[in-house]
Amino acid sequence: MTIILSLISLILISVAVWQLTKIFELSKPVKSEYTEVADYKDNDINGKLMFLFLIFLYALTIFSFFKWGDVILPESASLEGEKTDTLLWFTFSVIFVVQTITQAFLYYFAFKYRGNKKRKAFFFPDSNLLEGVWTVIPAIALAGIILYGLMTWTEIMTIEENDEALVVEIYAQQFNWKARYAGEDGVLGDANVRFLQDFGGKNLVGIDSTDPNGDDDIVVQELHLPVNRQVVFRIRSQDVLHSMYMPHFRAQMNAVPGMITQFAFTPNVTTTEMRLRKEVVDKVIKINNIRFQKSQELTAKGEFPLDPYEFDFLLLCNKVCGASHYNMQMKIIVETEEEFEDWLDEQITFKEFIK
Amino acid sequence: MSKTETSHDDHHDHHHKETFITKYVFSIDHKMISKQYLITGLIMGIVGIAMSLLFRLQLAWPEQSFGVFDLLLGKWATDGVMDPNVYLALVTIHGTIMVFFVLTAGLSGTFSNLLIPLQCGARDMASGFLNMISYWLFFVSSVLMIASLFVEAGPAAAGWTIYPPLSALPQAQPGSGAGMTLWLLSMAVFIASSLLAALNYIVTVINLRTKGMTMTRLPLTIWAFLVTAIIGVISFPVLLSAALLLIMDRSFGTSFFLSDIFIQGEVLHYQGGSPVLFEHLFWFLGHPEVYIVLLPALGIASEVIATNSRKPIFGYRAMVASILAIAFLSTIVWGHHMFVTGMNPFLGSVFTFTTLLIAIPSAVKAFNYITTLWKGNIQFNPGMLFAIGLVSTFISGGLTGIILGDSALDINLHDTYFVVAHFHLVMGISALYGLFAGVYHWFPKMFGRMMNKNLGYIHFWITAIGAYGVFFPMHFIGMAGLPRRYYTNTNFPYFDDLANINVVITMFALIAGAAQIIFLYNFISSIFYGKRTEKNPWKSNTLEWTAPIKHIHGNWPGKIPHVHRWAYDYSKPGSKEDFIPQNIPLKKGEKELQH
Repeated sequence: MTIILSLISLILISVAVWQLTKIFELSKPVKSEYTEVADYKDNDINGKLMFLFLIFLYALTIFSFFKWGDVILPESASLEGEKTDTLLWFTFSVIFVVQTITQAFLYYFAFKYRGNKKRKAFFFPDSNLLEGVWTVIPAIALAGIILYGLMTWTEIMTIEENDEALVVEIYAQQFNWKARYAGEDGVLGDANVRFLQDFGGKNLVGIDSTDPNGDDDIVVQELHLPVNRQVVFRIRSQDVLHSMYMPHFRAQMNAVPGMITQFAFTPNVTTTEMRLRKEVVDKVIKINNIRFQKSQELTAKGEFPLDPYEFDFLLLCNKVCGASHYNMQMKIIVETEEEFEDWLDEQITFKEFIK
Repeated sequence: MSKTETSHDDHHDHHHKETFITKYVFSIDHKMISKQYLITGLIMGIVGIAMSLLFRLQLAWPEQSFGVFDLLLGKWATDGVMDPNVYLALVTIHGTIMVFFVLTAGLSGTFSNLLIPLQCGARDMASGFLNMISYWLFFVSSVLMIASLFVEAGPAAAGWTIYPPLSALPQAQPGSGAGMTLWLLSMAVFIASSLLAALNYIVTVINLRTKGMTMTRLPLTIWAFLVTAIIGVISFPVLLSAALLLIMDRSFGTSFFLSDIFIQGEVLHYQGGSPVLFEHLFWFLGHPEVYIVLLPALGIASEVIATNSRKPIFGYRAMVASILAIAFLSTIVWGHHMFVTGMNPFLGSVFTFTTLLIAIPSAVKAFNYITTLWKGNIQFNPGMLFAIGLVSTFISGGLTGIILGDSALDINLHDTYFVVAHFHLVMGISALYGLFAGVYHWFPKMFGRMMNKNLGYIHFWITAIGAYGVFFPMHFIGMAGLPRRYYTNTNFPYFDDLANINVVITMFALIAGAAQIIFLYNFISSIFYGKRTEKNPWKSNTLEWTAPIKHIHGNWPGKIPHVHRWAYDYSKPGSKEDFIPQNIPLKKGEKELQH
């Protein structure tokens, strides 16, 4: 029934629009002079609109930065991320200038040279000088951006494990994350999905029980990292592609079934310190205001209110992996070395767990 | 050349008797085939855009009940609330339809077919029969894609990039069952169609140009279509191979892309394959595909901007060179989609380098368009508005490409909404504007009538505001770290402050979507009731406007016009009119430009 009704209303609307244009056409004074080719008046109006559109574009840019600038990720919480951020803002300022200037030229020329009867276009088919200029200048600017970018990339991706590095395995499956620490021997035991069914499903990440290195491994559902120590992530997936995305550390690497990928960074801000940063405090207040309002609506409807929000670092899945992709997350806690060691001591090793 | 002409003329005489079926259905006339492409493309476009509006509703007001979901999604939206699997399916099919069916076949198929013979001065495509086959394969693939929407478990939902293992295992998500099979079949047929078409375009441009139409006198549209066809021939077969290998993995137990998988309590037998291999194969097409979509739009913009500025396109040679440079580079940059897939970081460096090089020819093109406007006598026909809009979004979207192409920066922005904003502006909106510019500009040639200009103006201005309103704020969501393809972000209180931006974006999307109804109305009513056109309404130089308004087989009665000059003699000093069509011989003492 709804289908029929909506079809009928669609038809009626189209008839109305059709009738309206008929009326417009009939009301035109001299029908024979009307043409569908732009005339002087059209050029004038649209040319001016072009200029207004430039203003709209600038206004939209300024408005967005003022209104939504604070949603952008806070300063990086890792050493490597700080380098990426510098590169990002450098590149951003370059493209921002180019965007502002070129859009201005485009829309201003469209406005300035809007056609009229008197105007004659200037026959200007070529200029080697001009074309040379705008080949060479972008080339130089890009050479700078490329070199700077590649230096940063190589620094981040060349993983030189120092002796103190902490090796953590990140393990992905539909739709949750697990982390495995190497234990006292500092070596992760071999693992494969074939071992997942061992010990009545207690072998959560498929550790090979014949490999003694795996005995003291620790598998957890919450990621703890010591501050100011390099962390090397070895990433696995048991089913489909996932992506380990930790936006606050500017870190991302896919989890690929059948292979182990890796990424490394050095967190340099603890969770506690991060919660005290001004931009994070402001953001949390803003979010809690929004949640408070929502909670009031919910309680009015007789539903449960939302919990107040406290900042935490996040690990998200950033490669579509199925229905609950949007809720595949793990909490990350960055803490001092002592706190980290204490926490680690409390965890159960693989050997104890499968007993 | 004259020999072929006579044989074509003889040929032409045999074609007078036509039935409805040979004229409108199984037509071998390129003008009719181009209309078929356009109308099929528009219908697919309606489906694709409608889908985007549906998931925009879900993103702005997550998990709320909407009557329209109940109506259109039926059992996939219990009580009018969209199911997460359906959300993924909608995003996937929206992407597939828009990229392949609307912006590849709908744009390039329509205008390559219409313009290659008419602007080169040929009687028809090199093979009218293959041309017909190519359209009907496209039609079949469209039907298969639409049919996949009605499969019991739902259509493909692994994203338009269909990365395995998600796309390979029905256990991983319901859409990877029969829906994915139909998706793969549809794409295989689509690729066959586009290969036949591309070969036809290349042969026609190379062999069937009229006398005097040297390569350096070709309009830039034809250069763009030719190069697009060449990229298609190089890269589409690789996607076909990827699709075939995926079909084998899915149905015949091979392990090209799968290894070490445990799913739903079961270890699967696959050993030794790699999903990264699929990603390489997919993006070897996937990236050139961006230019397959974009180059025809840029070609159309060149033609429309020059004609309506009443000025020669600035730097013809540089424009051709930059098309060629972009095409060459486009085949060696695919790895920039894979910086964080576990690919060797050294490869990442190489792909960053090649990727950022593309900015140079792109900058040349943008600056040349702007200079073409400078000191012009700009006629704001609807097509011209869209062409200028294209240059604007091409710049805005292209610039953020410099950020994403930089591997170090891509680590954090990869697969966030920043990417969605970037590619929608630079290829989605730009190419869509190219399509609209082409439709408004060549509508008189296709249908013998004019479209209503006032409705065209309204269509453009609402769309322009809507497009920027949707995609500009989206950059901020991406820089907040929100991944794409999330059904909702309410499970992360951290993203709660993005809810308002999402509402704004959806509002603009609905406005822009509504503006397309104006276009559709204008398009359909103008076919039947539009004002009858003159032969050359925009006072354009290219050959298609010398052909009679009423379509005939063989395009020109009598001899094909010969060409004596390039396509851009607008406002040439010493000429009374501000345009000199290509078939007008040089006056005594008039010099042809050494362009």
